[in-house]
Amino acid sequence: MNRKQKILLLIVALAFYLVLLPYLCRDRNYLLGVITTASVLSVISAGVWLIFYIGRINIGQGAFALIGGYTGAIAISKLGLSFWFGLVMAGIVSMLVGIIIGLPLLRLKGVYFSMITLSLTETARLTAQSLVPITNGPNGILNLPLPGELSFFGITLIPDFAKVNKHIAMFYLSAFLLIASYAVLYRIINSRVGWLFRSLQQNEDLASSFGVDVPRLRVIAFAICTFYAGIGGAFFVAMQQSIYPATFSVQDSTYFLLYCFLGGLGYVFGPLIGTFVLYIGFEMLQGLNEYQPLIYALLMIGMMLWLPNGMLSLRLPFLAGKKSPLGGAK
Amino acid sequence: MGQVLINGLYSGVQYALIALGLTLIFSLMNVMNFAHGQLYVLGGFVTYYVYGVLGLPFVVALLAAGITLAVVGLLFDILFFRKVLARSARDESTMLLATGTALLLDSLFIIFFGEKHRGVPTVISGVMRISNNIFLPYSRVLIIIISVAVIVFFILFMKYTRCGRGLRAMAQDREAAKLMGVNVDRYSMFGWALAAMLAGLAGAMLVSVSGVNSGLGTWLSIKAFIMVMIGGAGVISGAIIGGLMLGILESFGSSFLPGNQYLAIFIALIIFLAIRPRGLLGRQ
Repeated sequence: MNRKQKILLLIVALAFYLVLLPYLCRDRNYLLGVITTASVLSVISAGVWLIFYIGRINIGQGAFALIGGYTGAIAISKLGLSFWFGLVMAGIVSMLVGIIIGLPLLRLKGVYFSMITLSLTETARLTAQSLVPITNGPNGILNLPLPGELSFFGITLIPDFAKVNKHIAMFYLSAFLLIASYAVLYRIINSRVGWLFRSLQQNEDLASSFGVDVPRLRVIAFAICTFYAGIGGAFFVAMQQSIYPATFSVQDSTYFLLYCFLGGLGYVFGPLIGTFVLYIGFEMLQGLNEYQPLIYALLMIGMMLWLPNGMLSLRLPFLAGKKSPLGGAK
Repeated sequence: MGQVLINGLYSGVQYALIALGLTLIFSLMNVMNFAHGQLYVLGGFVTYYVYGVLGLPFVVALLAAGITLAVVGLLFDILFFRKVLARSARDESTMLLATGTALLLDSLFIIFFGEKHRGVPTVISGVMRISNNIFLPYSRVLIIIISVAVIVFFILFMKYTRCGRGLRAMAQDREAAKLMGVNVDRYSMFGWALAAMLAGLAGAMLVSVSGVNSGLGTWLSIKAFIMVMIGGAGVISGAIIGGLMLGILESFGSSFLPGNQYLAIFIALIIFLAIRPRGLLGRQ
């Protein structure tokens, strides 16, 4: 597939996603909500994927999404800031926590890193539960207002969500976040930094012997990962208009791994495809919600046994275009 | 103070049992079993049915839990881990597989056992008075005795039997052990069974004191990881030290910083790992 075809496919996909989907769902708010949620979850998964890309497994993405969610909720409800400011703040706070924790933890390799990130999710939940004065403890923060107007020198850039169809507005906001985050990710992976990240994935010691600043790159990747988690978490909270300590749990952190894995770890758009297929596919199967963890678990084990390179590794003609130029790096 | 220490030791010996199994699997196969806490919970459920519902003696329940879990461990190895290990050299795939099995067990527990917290009648009643203001219920004394006995038995087994020597050889160098005629496949299976059995026994003992519910698994896996990170993965003495230390830290934490003990332990753990990334006794 050449460059022209790729651009064409991208335009078709964007037109479908930005125009046709909201049009088809204009009277089905629930379905639009599902797509919005899938979009924001795929932003969070993108962070997990980047950590996979440098050869680590991050099972703590739920913790950073929770930190972002709480930052956003506190900024809006207690500090009285606007949602837009809260959203940016959530990303930055989550990123700062990621950098501070990441500096010592990213030295840990393999299972050690995964174990500590898993513990992080649970610690974040317990902290949210016990810091009652700030987080309201187990009761959570409820009744968050919808995002307000964003204007610049009197020109309204984004209207007040309460005044327009909030489902459509939320969808377009999530679509913007999704496109922006994947565009950035794609740019990173196909830049010089992307090559360096691949070198970390293959052999950190060797990379370091060639003069790659391994510790710094690891922290950069983790900072991007936690920034995505923070933004995604804050958006998710704004959409639900509430947050609890259990909003993002260990189970969610595991799901993010599965989303990335299902899509394929060697492809930038892997987590996007994985999240959409799995999340939306599941919402279609009404009545099976009770068995969601069971089916996800079986899927995860089955994938590991029979399809270790993800869905995008299936050579179907219509999927081939989604492959990143260096996708087969694994 | 003395009471806090005693409580810490009591949880510590149980934790050590869990950490031993986790570290055994890790040293044999380089697999971190993310479902270890879930195995422990399964042991608790088996005991609940055998001892609590059927009313058989506690010893029978202990044995039943141990045997059931050994079988589950065997199946884990044969059905899942062996296949993935054979194909992939990266530890990522086994780690993902292990998180998958953890999710699988968790969801099966919810489906079959519900979310109710279940307890059983105490095995022995009465309270032992150690000094004027330090007390320890006999049921906990019993658990301490059984746990210590199992740990001692495990160490002797690893040290002096042919089978234990085979396992240790495998932990040191899998390839070399294979060349020396150790049946690596059979010993992996055996290692899984043994490790799962230890978790099952610990779970069986827990249910007699504080009961069991479906949601405990993840939290216990995390505790087991913390122990292994403190002591160092893959070392038997490290697992025991890590278990005892976590038990004592937890006990002190909950009396001095109630509610925030885990945040404190976690921050301390991060600082500790920044200084000693391999834990106290971990292999370099």
